[in-house]
This record gives sequence, C-alpha cells and structure tokens, in this order.
Amino acid sequence: MRSQNHTQKRSAGSAGLLVGGLLQCALALAQPAAPADAPPPGEGEWTMPARDHASTRFSPLTQITNANVAKLQPAFTFSTGVVRGHEAAPLVVGGTMYIVGPYPNVLFALDLTKPGAPLKWKFEPKPDAGSQGVACCDQVNRGAAYADGRVFFNTLDNQTIAVDAASGAELWRAKLGDIRIGETMTMAPLVVKGKVLVGNSGGEFGVRGWLTALDAATGKTAWRAWSTGPDSDVLIGAQFKPFYAQDRGKDLGVSSWPPGAWKIGGGNVWGWISYDPELDLIYYGTANPGPWNPEQRPGDNRWTAGIFARRPDTGEAVWFYQFSPHDLHDYDGVNENILIDAELGGKARKVLVHPDRNGHVYVMDRANGEVLSAQPFVKVTTSSGVDLQSGRLRYEPTKEPKVGKTIREICPASPGAKDWQPSAYSPRTRLIYIPHQNLCQDSQSSQVSYIAGTPYVGTDARMYSGPGGHRGRFTAWDPAAGKAMWSKEENFPVWSGALATAGDVVFYGTMDGWFKALDARSGALLWQYKTDSGIIGQPVSYRGPDGKQYVAVLSGVGGWAGAVVSGDLDARDGTAALGFANAMKDLPAATRKGGKLYVFKLPD
Amino acid sequence: MSSSCPTELARIACAALLALAGVLPTARAQMQADAAWPTALRVCAEPDNLPYSRDDQSGFENRIARLLADDLGLPLQYEWLPDRRGFVRKTIGANACDVVIGVPAGDERLLTTRPYYRSTYVFVQNETGAAAARALRSFDDARLPALRIGVQLIGNDLAATPPGHVLARHHAVRHVVGFTVFGEGPPAQRMVEAVARGELDAAVVWGPQAGYFASRATPPLRLTPAAAPADPDLPFAFSIAMGVRKGDRAMKARLDDFIARRAGEIDRILDEYAVPRVPLAQRERP
Repeated sequence: MRSQNHTQKRSAGSAGLLVGGLLQCALALAQPAAPADAPPPGEGEWTMPARDHASTRFSPLTQITNANVAKLQPAFTFSTGVVRGHEAAPLVVGGTMYIVGPYPNVLFALDLTKPGAPLKWKFEPKPDAGSQGVACCDQVNRGAAYADGRVFFNTLDNQTIAVDAASGAELWRAKLGDIRIGETMTMAPLVVKGKVLVGNSGGEFGVRGWLTALDAATGKTAWRAWSTGPDSDVLIGAQFKPFYAQDRGKDLGVSSWPPGAWKIGGGNVWGWISYDPELDLIYYGTANPGPWNPEQRPGDNRWTAGIFARRPDTGEAVWFYQFSPHDLHDYDGVNENILIDAELGGKARKVLVHPDRNGHVYVMDRANGEVLSAQPFVKVTTSSGVDLQSGRLRYEPTKEPKVGKTIREICPASPGAKDWQPSAYSPRTRLIYIPHQNLCQDSQSSQVSYIAGTPYVGTDARMYSGPGGHRGRFTAWDPAAGKAMWSKEENFPVWSGALATAGDVVFYGTMDGWFKALDARSGALLWQYKTDSGIIGQPVSYRGPDGKQYVAVLSGVGGWAGAVVSGDLDARDGTAALGFANAMKDLPAATRKGGKLYVFKLPD
Repeated sequence: MSSSCPTELARIACAALLALAGVLPTARAQMQADAAWPTALRVCAEPDNLPYSRDDQSGFENRIARLLADDLGLPLQYEWLPDRRGFVRKTIGANACDVVIGVPAGDERLLTTRPYYRSTYVFVQNETGAAAARALRSFDDARLPALRIGVQLIGNDLAATPPGHVLARHHAVRHVVGFTVFGEGPPAQRMVEAVARGELDAAVVWGPQAGYFASRATPPLRLTPAAAPADPDLPFAFSIAMGVRKGDRAMKARLDDFIARRAGEIDRILDEYAVPRVPLAQRERP
C-alpha cells in the first residue's frame, strides 16, 4: 500500500525530468566510427558481447533498415534447456554461433551453414553445484568472448575456460576464486593483446574485488589488480596520475577504510571492460563497497564504485575516478564505458560515456579521467549532481540510510538508474541508447532476521516505480547536449542490452517477452515480436553464411529483476530479491521462465 | 493432537495406534477431526553450525530434536542445508522438512511456536586483557572506541548484528573487526578464540554461541549481557521458538504442547551447552 501511494503521488508532472536540466557543456561529438576498435571483427561478425573494444554494440550492417524492419520474421530458434536468467550475447564467428547459458554454463555451438542452425557441439564445464546457492542475483552469465580460434567464458564457480572454437575441445581452465567465501563469476571476459581479462562477483558477502589477466594461450595469470588494499595489491605505481586530488596519495585503498575493513570491502569487477588501443588503456568499473551499512565503513572506501584505467600488459593503474565515494546506496560503478571521439569547444577529445547507477551519464576525458559532464537521466534524490571542480558527487544527506530510521523516496533504488544492461552507441545518430530502470525505494528496519543462528534486525528495501508509474525506460541520450532526445516508457524495468545498427534501427527486449525495433532517430516503434519468456539478454546482429543480415537475442527471464520468476521467489514477500520482488509482483503473471534463442531476418 | 495423547507415558503407544489409523474406523474419524499424524519428524538444520546443530547431531538443537522425536514417537529425519541464502525457501518451502528447531519468535517466514528460551548479546572479555579492570556492560563505556572489538557480520550484504550497528553509531569503528559467516568454523568460535588469544579486547556475540565457545576457551572468559542503548533503538535480546510451515497449525500445536510439558528437560539441555538466558517476557511464558 505504501508504495502504491507513493507512486500515485509522484505520477504527475515529472515527465520533464528526463529531458530537463539544460547542459551548459560545450561538447559536440564529431563523426567517429568506433575509433578504439582494433583490429575490428569482420563486418558481419560479433566476436565479443559489445561487438568491439569501444563497447558500441553497433552493427555496420545495412540490409535491415528503419524502412523494412517491419517485415522482420523468425528465422530459427534454439532452446537452451535452462530456466535461469539468460543475460548473454550470442557470438558469431564465421559460420558458427556460440552461446553460453546461465548455470550450469553450457557452451553451445550452432552451425549457421545448415538449415535451422543445428547444434554443432556443446561443451559442459560442470561447475560446482554449490555455487548456485552463493550467487546473489540469479545464476546468470553475461557471455563469452572469441579470439584467435578460441572461445573464453567464465563459470559461476570461478573458472575461466578456453575452448577450441572449431572442435569444442577444452584447451585450458583456470580456477580463480572460491565459492566458499561467497565468490562467483558472472561477467563476460574481454580479450586484449593476448590476455583474457576477467573479474569476480560477491561483494554482498564481503568478497574483495579483483580484475585478473590470463595468458590467452595458457590460462596462466599474468597479473591481478585488487580493488582495495595497499598500492602493491591495486597495482598503483609510478604511472598512476588520477585527475582529482582526493585520489592521490599512498595506499588510499587501506587508509580510506577502518583498519582491515578493506579486506571485506567489495569493489568487485562484474561488469564491462573497454579498451582503447591508441592510448593503450583498458577501462572498467568497480562495484559498491561492503558492508552495505555505510556507518560501519567511514571513509571514501577506495577503490570501490569507481572506474580504473590500466595498462593491459602489466595491469598498472594510470588513473581512477570514484563515481560514488563512500557509496550509501549500492551504486556499483560497473556499468559499460563507451569510447567515442568527441569535439570539445572545437578541439578533438577522446571521451568515454558511462551511464551510472547513481543516475548520471558521465562524459569523461578518457586520457586523464577528468569529468567533462555528469547529467541525470532519471529522477535523482540521493545527490544533486557532481561538482566538476572537485569531481565529487554531492550527496543529499537526508537520503542517507540509517539503521532504525525510515527513509522514503530514495531515487534511484538500489539497482540504480541502470544496472548491468549495456547501452549501444550509433555513430550515425551520435546517440547513446540506454536500457534502464525507473525505480525508487523506501528503506526501513525489517522484522527480526536470523541467519546461521544469529538474530539481527536488517534493513528492508521496498522498490516501486518512479515518476510516471512505469518501471522501465529506453532512452536515446545525446552525450554532447547532456539530455534525452527521446525516451520510451516500459511497464517493467528494461533489463536487456541494446543494439544499434547502420540501418538506423535500435533493438531491445522487455521483461514480459517483447523484442522491439525502434527508429534510431525518432524512437518510433517499427516492429515487435513476443517471445516465450521475458528478455534480459543482449541482442546482436550478424551476416549469415547466406549473405543475409540477422538479428539474434536470448529470451529467458531472470536476473536480479526477474528472479521472482526464475527463482520461484514468493512474490508476496516484498523484500525478496533484496526488495526487488516488491516492484515485480506482477511479473510472474506476465511471463514464464525458460531459455530460448530467437533469430530474425527479412523475408526472402 | 495433544488431546488425543493425554499422557506422556501413553504417547508412543498412542502414536503407534494413530499410525494404524487407516484400518481403524474410530481412529480415522479422529484423524479427520485433527490433522494427519506425520510418519516422521522431519527437521531442517545446518550441517556445521555449533552449538546449534551439526551433522553428527552434537548440537543442542539436535538434542532437542531427539527429545521431541521421542516425545512424539516418530523417527527423526534431517534435511541439512547451510543457512546462507533462502534456507527456509529451500527446506520447509520445498517440503523437504517440517520443523526448524530454533528461529526468532514471530519470524515472518514461518509459523512459530511459543518461545522456549530467550537470550541476549553478551560482551565476551578476556579477564587478563585490557578491559579486565572493569567489565564492559554498556555501549556508553568511554573505553569502547579504543578497544579492539569483534562483531558478527552476517548474511546478505553483511548485515550487522545489533552491536555492530551500535558501535558504528558510537563512533567505535576504527578498531572494530567484522567476522563473516565465511571461514574456518563458525564466526562466533573464531571471535571467542581471538579474545582468548588476546588478539581482541572484547567481542560482542549472540548469547548461545558466546556461552558455548567461551566455556571451552582457555583462559576462562568473562561474559556480561550487553544492555541495549537508546540509539539506535534495536533489540539485543531475542526469544527463540520453533518454526513450522505457515498454515501447519497441527504441527505448531504439537510443538507448543511439547515445549510446555518438557520445558524442564529443554532447560537442562541448554544448561549443558552453557546458553546464557534472560527471562521470557511475561506474555511469552507458559
């Protein structure tokens, strides 16, 4: 009842927020074509979840256009036989498609040269069943990566595995973490300069975050960069030159915590990695600090909830910026970093664009880590923007969660303005297409809880829809102007990735199973198709062996937002799934679980 | 069901009789009036969580379960699962078992019985340590911020126990050490041993765990109940009951009856495990 009242109260007159807030930044984006992408995959291929190292998710194929997409029709389907949330992107290399599923993380190879794309082989890594009970937010996997005849992927029980792309034979596997401490792996690897970059999950259990580089040929660890602790662990050395003063100093990963707390400090690396070959820098975000109760960890809690730029060869840090210092709201900094070339006041500038959980789209100079602009793309009550002088987020103190106090209207809610679901960028429209949430939450003391024989009073979060009463949006964002060009309302959070194509079409899926094609410039709905389950996967586009352009997406609801369906949680318990169930009570009636690949094409 | 088995001595025979209910018309009528008598006492428990339970049945909840099974005349069966995430959902919720021996009274996930004991968080201190001169009793103690104090961090997002929150609110964070459920052995055991070794000046531990591990420690450790402060307003004492599936009123009635009749024996088991207790609230008493 409480959340319904809130929704109604706020439903009027706030639609202008998304497009409001004039940006004074004199930032004009030039016409780039994914400059950081080298060597590019074949035009018709899709070899990594974001398609290129710049993380654009832009397909240069032009057969499917905004003029003909309305005729799109199913070409073939493939059932994975797994009912957990399917967040992965299918990969296409030559005449083969590769799909990795949620736990038990089976890797499928489909033969695209044959009618109906039959199964060529499958590889079963057989991860430890115990890892299922550890993963925080469903047992998802965000995809594989291909390079030099090998397919690399992670398993929930902390293994990175290399498989021969032709035969499906195992080449190596590396055990990188320990499920007994609550550690898992769900992210998609990125391959850079012969190294497979992977990171861990598990911050909600106090698992300390890291990014590890493995030799692509052998699986041996080349380096590991921790997200907390002494500089030697974080790989901070002579090259480290952060833009803002607060990030300079010795062993800040120790001194910005109570003594020893960095050892259980989180800062996990479960999101996306980008790479700029010209600057020779990789970029990735770190997750929120632990424990969630911020009163127990005074300090900025470095290097959590921020972004690192590092050298891929050695892992050495070059700069860092903290989106949410001393994070109060579970605002992980792991979202995608899209690398584009921009013109700033007539001067060419290499920037990265990062839509953060804290509700702001950051445009940063990716050479030095300076924040050029940070504009809200949803309703934000937890902060009032970023001080561009100091680089610090300006927190709103009345929204700070405190044990024993009820705090209402915390916006964005814990999953943030957007979560893991990656945006796309079209160099043709110069717009970022952001799939995201529109959620706020109330925080209050819970009833008595009991874990492992220990009673305590926790904090309950109850999430509900933000302004307008809908829970999701798909927003076309102009990073130069710092505002939305258009935004589509969706009933449920948009938990799928986005795809943009050179035919000026953008694609995404909804949690009740609709796969949609929109005009990239106007946002007009051009085509939609109802799949058997909710879509939280990443759409891709490729050219088949027959020369035709295809669009593929995995259907299969789940993830944190969809666990109420895939995990059979009790929808009457509003605090299930860390409070997300309260906002998703109607999802079980709207869709059913089950993983299935859908591939579409134009009629012959 | 208690009304059909009026005396303790007759209980086993009575249960056997009811087991034959399918062929006895009069007993069947009784069955319809009441819920079906179960064929086993199916207990959900953690396989490695002393002092409560362990898969060798050496915990005090194992002992109470044995007492209960014998009382009901039922074979005792266990469903073992570590209590990390979704314990109730995956055990009772999945119909793999019917009874949890220890849960906080009023636990919303379950239908709970009348409580059978009440305990509190306690300060555990090394009598030779820094806090020895005068035992810690209150969070207003001016020495707290300077002391090395262990607290339990539990569950998802490392939720703090009440003392963890209170210490943070009293600016005692620089020297507070959080112990998570992950690690070698129960966190309470690791905390108590750290106090015994002098690595911590004190720990604030939930009573049953503190009592059990402190009684096994050398040198002897001092336990004093931790008084709840005014801010934040958090309970430090909790009443512990048994839990059954929501709606399983017949089982709850059996357990309530058992707790009332066998309170003395339950108390003796708790004494054996050195569980510190505080009086049940007046309304909770039998």
